[in-house]
Amino acid sequence: MKLSEFEALSGAKRLTKPMEDREITAGYTCDLLSHVMGRGQAGMAWITVQTHMNVIAVAALLDFACVIVPESLPIEAPILAKAEEEGITLFASDLTAYELVALLAAHGVGPVSRS
Amino acid sequence: MIKETYPVKAGDMTAAGDVSARIKRQMKQLGISAPIMRRISVCTYEAEINLVIHSLGGELTFEIMPGKILVCARDRGPGIADIDKAMTEGWSTASNEVRNMGFGAGMGLPNMKRNADEFSITSQVGVGTEISMGFLI
Ligand SMILES: Nc1ncnc2c1ncn2[C@@H]1O[C@H](COP(=O)(O)OP(=O)(O)O)[C@@H](O)[C@H]1O
Ligand SMILES: [Mg+2]
Repeated sequence: MKLSEFEALSGAKRLTKPMEDREITAGYTCDLLSHVMGRGQAGMAWITVQTHMNVIAVAALLDFACVIVPESLPIEAPILAKAEEEGITLFASDLTAYELVALLAAHGVGPVSRS
Repeated sequence: MIKETYPVKAGDMTAAGDVSARIKRQMKQLGISAPIMRRISVCTYEAEINLVIHSLGGELTFEIMPGKILVCARDRGPGIADIDKAMTEGWSTASNEVRNMGFGAGMGLPNMKRNADEFSITSQVGVGTEISMGFLI
């Protein structure tokens, strides 16, 4: 699934400017950063309620395709600016994390690989 | 050969991750392969966060040697009394404040050990902690 397809399917709001329309290679949801560091893989969509600067740092270090914030939690402007600088697409969705996972899975986005 | 030293300030949550980002940029320029870059980034990030949330401040060094990359984290204290405990998955002394931000899962040191080809940690209470991680390239 491409980022643009996710946007259309979910109705999520794209918070960052349009960037490369990357393929979402896998999905993962967790709010503990070390778990994400341990499991994350390039091209992943990360669903998290954390909305601070370090979310962008983690996403950029592991080359995620996007970060999706559920339940339309507010995100401050400096976080968006940092995401754009790092080339990370940020979405905010009215859906819950559970609904987002279900939607991604229903459209063929699998879990991260367990190596 | 390349050897860079980056200071890391204690308590600065906003800047946390900046040093790891710089090291990653440098690795990209040097053409380090993506899988090795990923493992090194996990380690630099976890080490950097620990310096920010647990230490009194310190530094990360990134060194390229023939056949390997060496990452070291050194700090000025407070040191770790029981290293076996600290290495246990899920064990953490992180404050509630940083836990609310998603830190303090107690997985940082285990993540480092798992992702490095060589891992060593020494610590002295009241003096400081030193972690050395080697990556074969
Ligand atoms: N540089 C350090 N200085 C002092 N204590 C540390 C340092 N790094 C780790 N620790 C101790 O080891 C514990 C485990 O570290 P870690 O596995 O990274 O988990 P976390 O950072 O989530 O607590 C920490 O909670 C802390 O008590
Ligand atoms: Mg840690």
